[in-house]
Amino acid sequence: MNWGSAGEFFAMGGYGLYVWGSFGVTAAALLIEVVLVRQRFSAVRRSLRRELAADRDTQD
Amino acid sequence: MNAFIAIVRRDLLLAARRKSEVFTALFFFMIVVSLFPLGIGPETAMLRRIAPGVLWVAALLAAMLSLNRLFAADHQDGTLEQMSLSPTPLALLVSGKVLAHWLTSGLPLVLLAPVLGLQFDLSPRALGVLMVSLLLGTPVLSLVGAIGAALTLGVRGGGVLLSLLVLPLYIPALIFGAGAVEADVAGLGAGGHLSLLGALLALGVFFAPWAATAALRIALE
Amino acid sequence: MSQRLVNWFKFASPASFYPLAGKMWPWFAAIGTVLAAAGLWISFFVAPTDFQQGEGYRIIFIHVPASWMSMFIYCVMAFWAAIGITFNTRLSGMMSSALAPTGALFAFLSLWTGALWGKPMWGAWWVWDARLTSELILFFLYIGYIALTAAIDDPRRADKAGAIISLVGVVNVPIIYFSVKWWNTLHQGASVSLTKAPSMAATMLWGMLIMALAFWMYSIAIALYRVRAIILERERHTTWVAELPEMQR
Repeated sequence: MNWGSAGEFFAMGGYGLYVWGSFGVTAAALLIEVVLVRQRFSAVRRSLRRELAADRDTQD
Repeated sequence: MNAFIAIVRRDLLLAARRKSEVFTALFFFMIVVSLFPLGIGPETAMLRRIAPGVLWVAALLAAMLSLNRLFAADHQDGTLEQMSLSPTPLALLVSGKVLAHWLTSGLPLVLLAPVLGLQFDLSPRALGVLMVSLLLGTPVLSLVGAIGAALTLGVRGGGVLLSLLVLPLYIPALIFGAGAVEADVAGLGAGGHLSLLGALLALGVFFAPWAATAALRIALE
Repeated sequence: MSQRLVNWFKFASPASFYPLAGKMWPWFAAIGTVLAAAGLWISFFVAPTDFQQGEGYRIIFIHVPASWMSMFIYCVMAFWAAIGITFNTRLSGMMSSALAPTGALFAFLSLWTGALWGKPMWGAWWVWDARLTSELILFFLYIGYIALTAAIDDPRRADKAGAIISLVGVVNVPIIYFSVKWWNTLHQGASVSLTKAPSMAATMLWGMLIMALAFWMYSIAIALYRVRAIILERERHTTWVAELPEMQR
């Protein structure tokens, strides 16, 4: 184990800003990508459902 | 082969009718090059150091200015469609157009560059290397540019998009071209750079017309 | 042989690939999450402190895998482009455009983490190192692909144009890398280089490989998810989309 305490872990031997800046931005970027793709998917699905429902209504 | 020569002659004739376009690119080249000493300062040693890079970057930009019009006019009046239907392979006709483009936009830059190089206090020997490097390099710019021009034909915001696509692909030509002059100034000999530039040119002549033709067929669909 | 070929082409149709992608992406996402957890554990708790670079070196556990992924995804895009041009399949263009944003993101992350590594190690946010410079150009190539395909309204035409630019790009990437390397050695005695990571310990290598695998799984999962959205966007007026179970109420 490398770290004596949580504080030591977050300080990263003085490189905290750089290490957490890298890992944090990477994690944030991947999360944002996932959120954006989910939004894109559900937006298409929603509009398609609406279209299909409208079609069904006119047919009935 | 006759069709190839005919295309070159036709495009040269068209360019001769619209001289202003050729001269605009040339003056652009001159002005961009002249801006650098004004922005950086007139120390001769410094100017000599930056000259190859400045001249080459300015040449890249000037060569790109006229790329837009490489296929646009022919596309608009339907000539391109006729060409694609003609028995001559389209790639050959595209090569002819690229050669004509180089003769009207690349070659003048090669001829003008030594004059501008004098402003940067380059030695006669370095000026010679600069000319050779541009002679080998500017055809690469026209060839690679033709792919970009064909891809952005009739596309929204084509001009800026073209530069976005083409400029990263110009980087090897820039590095070897400017590097040749720098290596010569540093006394290392420009041979290696120039032969690599020649290799790029050979690759470009072989592949670029083919890729540009494929891109044109998409635009013509 | 022909039997197999037929099977592959069956999945080349968006209608049969859409449900397949829907079944596959959660698996890749799950494997990716597990691998990421393992990789992060190694990066922070198993890998020892580097005697030269201290704790700052831990950035390579994402920097190197992100760079690998950005290059690999570009090659995969070019692969789909080649498939699309040869067999004229619709799905391949959709795959390329589903991969491009993720590849661009990894190229960006590689540059970002490279800068954050460079600052403490070299004293500068940016160094014109051959690898960093090539990565920057790769990022430009991704942007060019995305801008070109976004500017063309007809999706089929956008796919084909994108295929050509990605193939041209993939031919150029080695040339660009070589030329940048050449340029780099000419201009400075290669004062800094990422290759000279002092005596890479086996645990470090393992950490990097596991993180790279995690990014790989993530990329597959997100590309499959995105391609599902792209398929729905483009095939919205087909009957098979209308008959999908998730479209019923």
